[in-house]
Amino acid sequence: MTSLPATPSAKRLGLVIDLDTCVGCQACVVHCKEWNTSSGASALSDTEPYGEEPSGAWLNRVHGFELDDSASGGCGSTVHFPRSCLHCENAACVTVCPTGASYKRAEDGIVLVDESKCIGCGLCAWACPYGAREMDQVAKVMKKCTLCVDRIYNENLPVEEREPACVRTCPAKARHFGDLGDPESDVSQLVAERGGVALMPELDYRPTNRYLPPRRPVPTADQKAALEPAPGGFLGWLDRLLADQP
Amino acid sequence: MHPAPSIIFFTAASGAGYGLLVFAALAGLIGLVPVGSASGFALLLPALLLVAAGLLASAGHLGHPERAWRAFSQWRSSWLSREGVAAVVSFVPALGLAWAWALDGRLAPLLALATILMAVLTVYCTAMIYASLKPIPRWHHRLVPPVYLGLGAASGSAVGIAAAAWTGAPLLPLAPLVALALLVGWGLKWRYWQSVDTQPATATTADTVGLGDRGTVRLVEPPHTERNYILDEMGFRIARKHSAKLRRHALVAGLALPLVALVLALLLPSAAAALLLSIGAALALVGVAIERWLFFAEAEHMVMLYYGKGAV
Repeated sequence: MTSLPATPSAKRLGLVIDLDTCVGCQACVVHCKEWNTSSGASALSDTEPYGEEPSGAWLNRVHGFELDDSASGGCGSTVHFPRSCLHCENAACVTVCPTGASYKRAEDGIVLVDESKCIGCGLCAWACPYGAREMDQVAKVMKKCTLCVDRIYNENLPVEEREPACVRTCPAKARHFGDLGDPESDVSQLVAERGGVALMPELDYRPTNRYLPPRRPVPTADQKAALEPAPGGFLGWLDRLLADQP
Repeated sequence: MHPAPSIIFFTAASGAGYGLLVFAALAGLIGLVPVGSASGFALLLPALLLVAAGLLASAGHLGHPERAWRAFSQWRSSWLSREGVAAVVSFVPALGLAWAWALDGRLAPLLALATILMAVLTVYCTAMIYASLKPIPRWHHRLVPPVYLGLGAASGSAVGIAAAAWTGAPLLPLAPLVALALLVGWGLKWRYWQSVDTQPATATTADTVGLGDRGTVRLVEPPHTERNYILDEMGFRIARKHSAKLRRHALVAGLALPLVALVLALLLPSAAAALLLSIGAALALVGVAIERWLFFAEAEHMVMLYYGKGAV
């Protein structure tokens, strides 16, 4: 059934990704591929992996951007941006699916694909502004992030492993997993504290995942002094004299 | 967006087929064509063949065509599913109309009306598959459904008058209907082109990464060095000068030449007129095929903002 759940689930599992700490190491990309190629209904295939035109289906991609925020007083920075399914509340990839293969779970909000029903029409990938879905060129079905649904509830795994592979592997602890429907959860608190944002809210897809914007560097007194060395000589004397006056 | 030949053929052929069904049913209802086996076979057989060929071609776009039957299940939410259901349902009145018309030599008015309704509904569903997609601003446009309907009527009536000409039916009563469909269909397309050419960008790269309030954002390191499904499917690019040229070709083939053929046919003896109108009909279909290719090739998907495009 590709109609969205009648009432949005109270539990909204998702990721919070910290753009301030992500170093763009691609470890999440690799662990995602490793886990999901062996856990899904079919492998996450690669075509010509060692050939001239290697290609393949991946569920997580990390882009490197340059942020020029000089107009708003910033000094510019590199932003590494991991991109994967945001498990939207108003998921158009689900409603456009003609077969019922694409669905959103009522109990926790995870968006999944039932590969046995997927006809490989590609319409869901067109409907996603975030580019979260990739067609597997061998299995001819649509692939997407499952939020590692086969890890997070897996009682055969040690408790500390019951989180998405990308989160588990991130060496910079830039990825966080939890219930964004619960305002008291660690992830919700983190989003509140750091001013986490939803991507392109104006499209009204209502993503669950949040991104924490890079912190604005606040220079220390020493750094300020280093940036603006106090003038010496007569001007320095005048400067100190004026600064001391009430 | 990647212009897949199967989808271009599907929308162009089924659009013309439904347009022809509407043209035939209308002409029959108003009494512009004689109802009998000759006109029945000439008008309705090609319509049903065009529709069927289009639907079969659309299955060619699927990764798993053997599961295509599943696509009839989600009509509550999916325009693609609705299109599939409407297409199958439309065969019921259309086949009934064709049976009564060609075999019994009578016009069934209720079946004719139902055929018109289902044809319009099906083409509307086809258009809404594209018009409902927010990430593609050139498709998520109010003129997309009218253009699909208008160009279906234009190409369908061009085929219709050619078919009628071969049966020796009088052309003068039909010609204004054809000219109207051609002018309205391509007029709407002209308006659409004007509108999308001046449409402001919907989003920038900074918006897509949630930093729209911080400054400008530029891609410096793509996530992969080779192409992938996203780039193949949504990263199609066409040079502006090529698209301008192709728009002219579409207008000449789809509108100007079929109109010339229509006017000349009224002045010529019937065999020559039929031949000329058939050429006009073929050109009308080519015009819509070019237009449909451009509809895909010129459309930009917002995901390309993550891959180095500055604004979409």
